Parts: sequence; structure tokens; C-alpha cells
Amino acid sequence: MSTDRNLIQLITPAGERISHPEFDPWMKDIGDEQLCSLYEDLTVIRRIDVEATALQRQGELGLWPPLLGQEAAQVGSGRALREDDFVFSSYRENGVAYCRGVDLTDITRVWRGTASSGWDPYSVNMATPQIIIGAQTLHATGYAMGIQNDGADSVAVTYFGDGATSEGDVNEAMVFAASFQAPVVFFCSNNHWAISEPVRLQSHIQIADRATGFGIPSLRVDGNDVLAVMAATRVALDRARHGGGPTFIEAVTYRMGPHTTADDPTRYRDANELEDWAAKDPILRVKALLERKGLLTDQVKQHVHDKAESVAREIRSGCIGMPDPEPMDIFKHVYSEPNSWLDRQQDHYARYLASFGDPAGATSEEGAR
Amino acid sequence: MTQMTFARAINSGLRKSLENDPKVILMGEDIGTLGGVFRVTDGLQKDFGTHRVVDTPLAESAIMGTAVGLAYRGYRPVVEIQFDGFIYPAFDQIVSQVAKLHYRTQGAVKMPITIRVPFGGGIGSPEHHSESPEAYFTHTSGLRVVSVSNPQDAHTVIQQAILSDDPVLYFEPKRRYHDKGEVDEGIDPRTALPMDSARVVAEGTDVTLVAYGPLVKTAKDAAAAAADEGISIEVIDLRSLAPVDYATVEASVRKTGRLVVTHEAGQSGGLGAEVAASITERCFYHLETAPVRITGFDIPYPYSKLEMHHLPGLDRILDGVDRALGRPNSLSGLEG
Repeated sequence: MSTDRNLIQLITPAGERISHPEFDPWMKDIGDEQLCSLYEDLTVIRRIDVEATALQRQGELGLWPPLLGQEAAQVGSGRALREDDFVFSSYRENGVAYCRGVDLTDITRVWRGTASSGWDPYSVNMATPQIIIGAQTLHATGYAMGIQNDGADSVAVTYFGDGATSEGDVNEAMVFAASFQAPVVFFCSNNHWAISEPVRLQSHIQIADRATGFGIPSLRVDGNDVLAVMAATRVALDRARHGGGPTFIEAVTYRMGPHTTADDPTRYRDANELEDWAAKDPILRVKALLERKGLLTDQVKQHVHDKAESVAREIRSGCIGMPDPEPMDIFKHVYSEPNSWLDRQQDHYARYLASFGDPAGATSEEGAR
Repeated sequence: MTQMTFARAINSGLRKSLENDPKVILMGEDIGTLGGVFRVTDGLQKDFGTHRVVDTPLAESAIMGTAVGLAYRGYRPVVEIQFDGFIYPAFDQIVSQVAKLHYRTQGAVKMPITIRVPFGGGIGSPEHHSESPEAYFTHTSGLRVVSVSNPQDAHTVIQQAILSDDPVLYFEPKRRYHDKGEVDEGIDPRTALPMDSARVVAEGTDVTLVAYGPLVKTAKDAAAAAADEGISIEVIDLRSLAPVDYATVEASVRKTGRLVVTHEAGQSGGLGAEVAASITERCFYHLETAPVRITGFDIPYPYSKLEMHHLPGLDRILDGVDRALGRPNSLSGLEG
């Protein structure tokens, strides 16, 4: 993919910073310190992903959708956002969630099954993960229509995968976004696989070109290049903020791991493909760039390592230490206002639980009576 | 009090909601310039602007999905689905998003979305224009479902639906749009009968007849006709289909001992089944006879020349009343 002349790239897989007349101006503020900080983010996010995968293997999480290989797409875009921008993502954007400042324990909450939601979306301006493929693109578009009505200059950003671009909702979202010139950025992480289905099954043309038919400008960017992703996202955000309407970004990346911890990619994909993409690793190229620039000192290495390990410890202890919910919690938040049907069922179930006498009986397994 | 049509009464309720809350925003196909195919939103875009009354592209899932996004942003979208049979493309957004997001965010995100749906038959339309899909939604937790039967309720309940922090499906009986009635526009929706309450619209002692939406008028006509034969029917306008106000229905059945439920929608798995089961559970020993359902058949909505066979009319309802009363009826002598 890096041979594609249309692919925006600022760091080669070998770690060489190449100039790009159109996008370099958007990176002027990214100096040595910022580059080190991005390297830290990438490393920490990979560490979070490794830890969460381990937690699933150890039975502490029911499921986990790994993002291995997609760190640059998430950090590059996530770090381009302003605090008052609002993110509507899929379930794989845990790296974006980290960038938004989501509490580490909260990231695992829904996967552990202790609550229906990880966090309050308004506390970090990011909706909780969307599992229905592509549904969130409409939410972002509607939110952007609201921004427009409010006369604000924030932007709604929606993340989805290559598979989602076949969904009606994503196509309808582009129709609405174009019609109303809504300030929304469509960020497609083309990771080449929708569970077992390759991207060529979704589209005969490049994913970015799908936007053209809707009248939405698109950018095709090396999704494993954190700077290119950041530059492209900044361009899109800037356009949206200044009344230029939606932009579609295709971040060309690769899902190095399984779809989720329940998946076995060896059944459908060639190991050679994995090797090719390993050579384009998003973290190694930043590391190589830092080395070229003489920035990767022992001190920086140690700092990044320590940070990643402390985050891993925090996510582990937070996950394991999460209290189990109470049985009657299942009735909470179905409605905002009292509902006679549900109130009655809740009352009857409370009586049923109380019939065990022993409050502990309330949480015991079926048949314990 | 003002005489106005059902459609105008909704229009007036929408106008009040737009006036009272700048966060109320109307969205749908043809609702702006045209004023809606039934003219329910007539004049609203002219008075409130294209950003408050939005003509959308033709994509029901997108209308619903963008309404979700607007609700996230603090708006109170009122969405029009042009015809009952066109709601299915939006079904996923309604069931998976609108209905569940409050639960899925632990109460952090509210979905105060009102979904207006002209529904039911009797207007001689081609296919997909006369359906009664309410049971799909009454079966979905997280939604409130209401249906109105008269201009006053239409006017008040649309405002209550918009004020509700929960998502509300508001089913409008399209064959009653041109019926006229007295409407008091001064009634405060906050102090009026709550939208989740049923209402006894004709008192009686022999049998309880439960209806909603377009069939309330038919049920009242049936009660008047039965009175001539000395049969006293108590008619209940359900108004709220989810949740059903069982307290009101139960009180009536405890008095009459007999229950007939009628709706245009097909019978199996419908609201009549739900009402019959719940009332049987709650006051079995007060029932003199088995509950009776007089409903549409379990068929796709039929072609218009035959729709009057499908729709429960006055005579078919009275035949059901006879059955509940143990009087001779079309099924006399038939077991079960």
C-alpha cells in the first residue's frame, strides 16, 4: 500500500521523515517533545491492548477487541481533536478513548460485564463503544447538525471500519452530512478485515473513493503513520470548523490480531500478509525516527517503559477490583421516568429474591434454593 | 375551546412545543415546504425556519440516527415517519439505539425523541400505507408507545410526548385526521391526564371494551348501538400501549366481568393478547367468560377493496361482545 501514489505519508516504514508540501504545514508545531509524546502514547496503548487481551485469556474479561497494529490511526487522530469535539466510535477505538482521557478501568468495564456502559459520554466527549456496525456514523452526523444549529465550531468525529462502509447507515450518514454540510469527520480505519471478510469483498474501488460519490472530499492516508494521520485529521477538522462540511479519511492500516479474542484469524488469512504488515509497524517507524534524530535516549526509553507498565498495572488492578453489580441493577436506567410495567416486574423480582430469606441467596446460582 | 380537525390539533400541539422549547426540532420527509403529506406540519417551517423544521433526504434510518445524535447534543427531535409501512428501515436505529441508549449509558444520555407515525387503514391506500406496527414497539423495552383517538388528546399528548425524557412512539390514526372535535388549547400538558393513563370514554356495566387509536370511535359507536338493545358497554381508550394502564382496565373488568379487546393489527402476538393475558392474571376470578379479541387477521394488510373485511367494524365488535356475554353469536356452538 505504501507504493500507492495517493497515500499520504510523512514517516516511511524505515523511519524516515519525508516532506509533503501540502501536509507539512499542519505539522509545524510537532517538535521533538511532541514526537516523544506520541511515541509514548503509541507504546502505552499497545501495552493496554496486551494487558486487556491477557485479562481476557485469564477469564477476567468476557471479550476484548484488540487494536494491535492500529495504534497510529487512533493516536494520530485522537490527539488531533479538541476537547469540545465529540467522538462516536466503534468498539475498537480504545486507543482513542485513552487519548480522550477515559479512565483506564472504565475502558474494560463493559467487556467485564459489570455495567452496560464504561463511562459518561459527556465527561470526555466520547460516546461509549458502538457494536452495531456503522450505526454511530448517523449519531455523529446528527450531533454535527446540532453543532451547526448551535453556531458552535466544534466537530463530531466518527470512527468505523472498512466493513462498515457497506452498511446502509454509513452511506445514509454521508448523504445527510453532505446535504446539510454538517461538521463531521468520517474516520475509516481500513484494517483490511471485517472478521474473516477481506476489504476487496466490501468494495471494488478504494474505500476513500466511496465518499466522492456523495460529494464528500476524502483523504487516503498511511494509517500506520502517526504524523500523516494527525495531519489529515487536522485538515478535516479545520475544514469542518470553518463551515467546509464533512471530510472522509481512509486510514490504511492492518488488524494484526484477531477480530476479537473469540476469533481465529489463521482460518482465513495468509501468514505472509501478516509479515508484510509487521514491516510497516506504526510504533517501530516512530522509534526509528527518534533514533535517527538522536532522541531515543535511555531516559526517554525508561520513561516510556515505566509509563506503559504503570498503566498496565492500573488497568489490571482496576479491572479485577471492580465490584460486581447488584441483581436489582438490571432494572436501572431502562427509562428516565417511572414505568408501571417495569416497576411491577422489579417489585415481583425483589419479592422473589427476598423469598430466599438469606440476602446472599439473592446472588446464588439457579437451583441453590 | 376551538373546533378543529385531528390533524390541526396535532399541528397546534407541535407549534406550542416549538414555541416553548428552542431545543425542539422537527425532522422528516416532506414536512417543511409541503407541510407533510397529511399537512400535519403545515406552516411550521414557514414560522420556525428550516433549521427547526427540517426536510430530510429520503432515508428513514438516517432520520432516526441523526435524531439520536441531536438528542446527544441536547435537542428534542420530533421525527415524522411518513407512513406506518415506511418505519422498518429505521427499525434498527429505534430498537438498538433510541430504545437502549439510556440504559446503555447508565442514564447519562437521554433520548427525548418523539416518533410520529400515521398508522392504520381505512383510507383505500395501496400496500405499505395502512399498517399497524405498534406491537413491534410495545415489545421493545425502553420505548413508550401511545396512540390518540380524538383531537383534544392528539393536541395534549403530542406535547406530553415531546416533554418526556423517554423516547415515545406516537401513533396517529390517519383515517381520523379529518374528524373534528373541540380542543382546549389552554390545557397545560404537565397537569393534564398523564399520557400513560387510559381513559374510560363510555361508562357501562355489562362488558369492558378496550380500544385505542382509530377504533375508539368505532367502539363508542358500538356501545351506542348496543345500548339500543339494552347492553351496557364500558369503553376504555387505552391511549398508552406501552405501558398499558392496567389499573384502569382491571377496575372496569372487576365491575363488568367481561373483556373484549379490539385493534386493527393482526391478532397473534398483538396488544390484545397482552391485555387479555395481563387482565386474566390480575383478575381471573372476576371474569365470567374468556376474554375476546376482535382484531385484524394475521395477513399482510389487504388490498383496499377488501380492507373493510380486515378492519374490525361495529358489527364484528358487537359479535365479539355477544360472545363475551354468552349470547348467540357467529361462533355459537363452536368449541374454543
